[in-house]
Amino acid sequence: MSDEFDYKIEAKAADATTADASAPPIDYVPPAERPEQELYHSKSWWTTYVFSQDAKYIGVQYTCVATAIAVVGLILSLMMRTQLAFPGLNVLDPSTYYQFVTMHGMIMVVFFLTALFLGGFGNLLIPLMCGARDMVFPYVNMLSFWIFVLAILLLVSSFFVPGGPTGAGWTLYPPQAITVGTPGNLWGMVMMLASLVFFVIGFTMGGLNYVITVLQARARGMTLMRLPLSVWGIFVATVLALLAFPALLVGGIMLLLDAVLGTSFFMPEMISMGEKLSTEGGSPILFQHLFWFFGHPEVYIVALPAFGIVSDLISVHARRNLFGYRMMVWAIVAIAALSFIVWAHHMYVAGMRPWFGYFFATTTLIIAVPTAIKVYNWVLTLWRGNIRLTVPMLFTLAFIITFLNGGITGLFLGNVAIDVPLSDTYFVVAHFHMVMGIAPVLVVFGAVYHWFPLVTGRMLDEGLGKIHFWITFVGTYMIYTPMYYQGFLGVPRRYFEMYESSYASTVGLNVFITVAALIVGLSQLIFFYNIINSARAGKKAKKNPWDANSLEWQTPEMPPKHGNWGNELPVVYRWPYDFGVPGIDKDYIPQNVSPSQVSGAKADKT
Amino acid sequence: MKNFFKLISQKPWESSQAQIDNKHDGKTLGLSREKLGVRTVMVVSTVIFSFFVVAYADRMLIHDWKSMPEPWLLWINTIILMISSYVFHKTKIASDLNDYEKIKKGLFMVGFLTFAFLLGQSIVWYQLLKLGYFASTNVANAFFYLLTTIHGLHLLGGLIFWGLATSKLLKGNYKISNMQRTIELCAIYWHFLLFVWLILFGLMLFT
Amino acid sequence: MTIAFVLFLVVVGTLIFHIWSPWWLTPLASNWSGMDETLLLTFWVTGGVFMAVGLFMVYCVWRYRYQKDRKSEYKPEDKKLEFHLTWITAVGVVALLAPGLIVWNKFVTVPENAVKVEVMAYQWGWNYRLAGEDEILGKTSIHNISDDNPYGLDLDDPNGKDDLLVEDADLHLQIDKPVKVLLRSIDVLHNFYVPEFRAKMDMVPGMITFYWFTPTKTGEYEILCAELCGTGHYAMLGTVVVEEESDYSNWLAQQTSFEQILAQNKTIQLTEKQ
Repeated sequence: MSDEFDYKIEAKAADATTADASAPPIDYVPPAERPEQELYHSKSWWTTYVFSQDAKYIGVQYTCVATAIAVVGLILSLMMRTQLAFPGLNVLDPSTYYQFVTMHGMIMVVFFLTALFLGGFGNLLIPLMCGARDMVFPYVNMLSFWIFVLAILLLVSSFFVPGGPTGAGWTLYPPQAITVGTPGNLWGMVMMLASLVFFVIGFTMGGLNYVITVLQARARGMTLMRLPLSVWGIFVATVLALLAFPALLVGGIMLLLDAVLGTSFFMPEMISMGEKLSTEGGSPILFQHLFWFFGHPEVYIVALPAFGIVSDLISVHARRNLFGYRMMVWAIVAIAALSFIVWAHHMYVAGMRPWFGYFFATTTLIIAVPTAIKVYNWVLTLWRGNIRLTVPMLFTLAFIITFLNGGITGLFLGNVAIDVPLSDTYFVVAHFHMVMGIAPVLVVFGAVYHWFPLVTGRMLDEGLGKIHFWITFVGTYMIYTPMYYQGFLGVPRRYFEMYESSYASTVGLNVFITVAALIVGLSQLIFFYNIINSARAGKKAKKNPWDANSLEWQTPEMPPKHGNWGNELPVVYRWPYDFGVPGIDKDYIPQNVSPSQVSGAKADKT
Repeated sequence: MKNFFKLISQKPWESSQAQIDNKHDGKTLGLSREKLGVRTVMVVSTVIFSFFVVAYADRMLIHDWKSMPEPWLLWINTIILMISSYVFHKTKIASDLNDYEKIKKGLFMVGFLTFAFLLGQSIVWYQLLKLGYFASTNVANAFFYLLTTIHGLHLLGGLIFWGLATSKLLKGNYKISNMQRTIELCAIYWHFLLFVWLILFGLMLFT
Repeated sequence: MTIAFVLFLVVVGTLIFHIWSPWWLTPLASNWSGMDETLLLTFWVTGGVFMAVGLFMVYCVWRYRYQKDRKSEYKPEDKKLEFHLTWITAVGVVALLAPGLIVWNKFVTVPENAVKVEVMAYQWGWNYRLAGEDEILGKTSIHNISDDNPYGLDLDDPNGKDDLLVEDADLHLQIDKPVKVLLRSIDVLHNFYVPEFRAKMDMVPGMITFYWFTPTKTGEYEILCAELCGTGHYAMLGTVVVEEESDYSNWLAQQTSFEQILAQNKTIQLTEKQ
């Protein structure tokens, strides 16, 4: 990265004042050295509304498709909860239950959260926040979205193949994933793996765009350290994904061959339902290593963009500069690097060599330090701020509590000796739902309320937003906190029903959790109603409705038009967190405001 | 690496840093975006192949592993791929000099050799299958078919860009700078795939 | 300001829920009190952090709520504060990790005198095998599994002849005797888990995994499968009975050895032929 510091143009800056005498010298920015990007202009209805190459539009497309599949995932989970609490209703039979468990997990983790944060918010925010007109390869970007759609279609069609979708759990562990005794062990599995392969290919195409746009297509004056943390989070998560998804791809392809051709990559010598299989020698644990080498970074692929976005929301709505920006960047980078050497903490009790436990427990707990620092910095940003309790801010506060709750329970599971009793119990279910399910989803809601005006030019209804917020936050907290206690008790996860065992004492708790889940699930209708209604007839948003600093709110038109910046690209003069700068009246200074326009501002040295 | 640490220790809010930052042109690396794109693809492919190699190394330690014979045709295919890579290198030099005839010849030659390589690989497959080396018989065979397929798919992906460049060249509707760039990037990609093939071939040869 | 109040309720309510909750760890019935202690230590340390951060947040939200004529403090960072927070967190993490690793070390170091018991899982149930008088378990292989030889014992291995085969979901163990369970699966992944013993480990086809524990309380304990193993996963239950020496020897005397089973099979075959 040598060019970052190689300011060849510095020499030219000396005679700048003579060239443009009218502008004050402190505003001087050397002229662009590279030609402007050639924009693709669509000509037909198809290329404008379907095969669009405008990143903003693709971002919205990604968001809509990911949300649609998430609704499917949500309904599956509600049916599972109903079955667990009211087994007498016979909503599901065991095979269907396991199929729903699997599809719910895979949909939410990969097809919803990953696609939403990177494909949705990445496409919407990266070009706008970096001050670019579009992604660097718009055509590839368009292909990326449509391959994602293909992956979704394959995934959904697995509900209709013979045997139904796979019921192997989202971890798809062989040998059970592809042997009889597990529902959907052939066609469901083939569809699932094919869908994942296409997802990875599509994502790689999108990921190329996100990485290169952030690195190479920023506005003048926009150094990497002047980027909003949203971009940092999405950028680092994309790099993680580009390096981690190949592990899933490789594991998936080999598993596919085991299922279809009868090879023995992962298949050991075994007897399946009384019948000896022809396979031998394969190692199921190898698959687990490959899966979790993808699976653990995947957690951070979802979490890092959420961290980034929440940092921006908190700073804007608390009207205070983000506390410890550098620390936040370091934490993101450190978490990303560490996330590649912690994967086997998912496998403490999987039968791998015992000494792995020492190593992975240590690395796992080390990762707690940068994560804790992020939480401290969010809370310290609130401290001595001037907090506007808007709907996005409410979701942000809820995120911090939820993430804190889910994060500290990770210290139980990461610490190898405590993981022994707790792994594969409801404690794990509660932990990961809190930390990488609910917490990121709360960020998604906050972000939707925050950036909705940027997409539609209208505000979401605040009253409905608050109702939605209260039910979602309090409800989800009530769903998952009791589950920790089920886990302490030892109730195993992925049990279709548990009343033949000694866990009848949790019947009441199960009913409570399910009722809470149904209420939270139904309350999402308020959100969708709010979205649809406000997009049509919401209050018109003024320009920069939240008084934010980052570039996406500084476009000439709001919502931004194709090409984002009108005739002239923006020039950046400051970092995005100049809130409450002493010496001027306004409590914020957007990134593209030149020093001479705010001559009184005095930023303290620290 | 050192620069990276220097970068992330900047304090963007300080006015002295702001003066330096204001002159920044918004690019981090001195590479064209296309070149960076190809490099990213190469990194991702390297990661994919590395995982296959790791899986291969892990799996071959188990007792049921039976090595497969390497037909002599594989050696010929390897040489063909080497030549195609060399020709691409020559073509790249020709394109720098903007020698239209040579570029055309070179591109045809590369296409011909690459298709010959892929055809050769399929013949190897056919021979092995006729000898009864099925993917399900032993996992060593399965790895052979898998690795050659993944490598072949990478080459086919490269051939798409080769095809685009060649058709543009024939129609004469191209910008010289664009054509030069495409040929340069394709050449890099071909060298990369040759390198990958040598690693894979070596791996299967020696185990 | 509702949010400050609700956040307060959430933080305090979590504590209250904990105090009033009837759901907690099952009574320990093995030597793994170290796991419970580490868990409790982690619970109170992290719980304290949760309360502290949560309440500080409540304070900030209430104290620094929006006022039109006020401006927030402009302070990009505070190196000293961040440094202190970092090392305090690091110390806390080390304090949690160290006891965990010590317990893990005990968990993976099996004592010499541990009795070996094989647990064999299949879809969906449990079988057991005890070593017999020679205290050595015979070799097994999935190759050898047949109707006559359900455990796949190696017929040429003399150590296997006196192995006691328990083709039943109940396993009896003697109190205060350390046990090393050797875990084996003939089909897919399973996990041998008894909540009261705290320990668990996956069973992987093609491998023999293990863990050890000492039962410290008599009683009947439920075995659960803790690794999704197919449609019948939830019903894959069994029982461990921990009993005093006399009861245990009674039970042991009723078990049949591999040799006896082979002999029985032969007589059955002979009678069938006749």
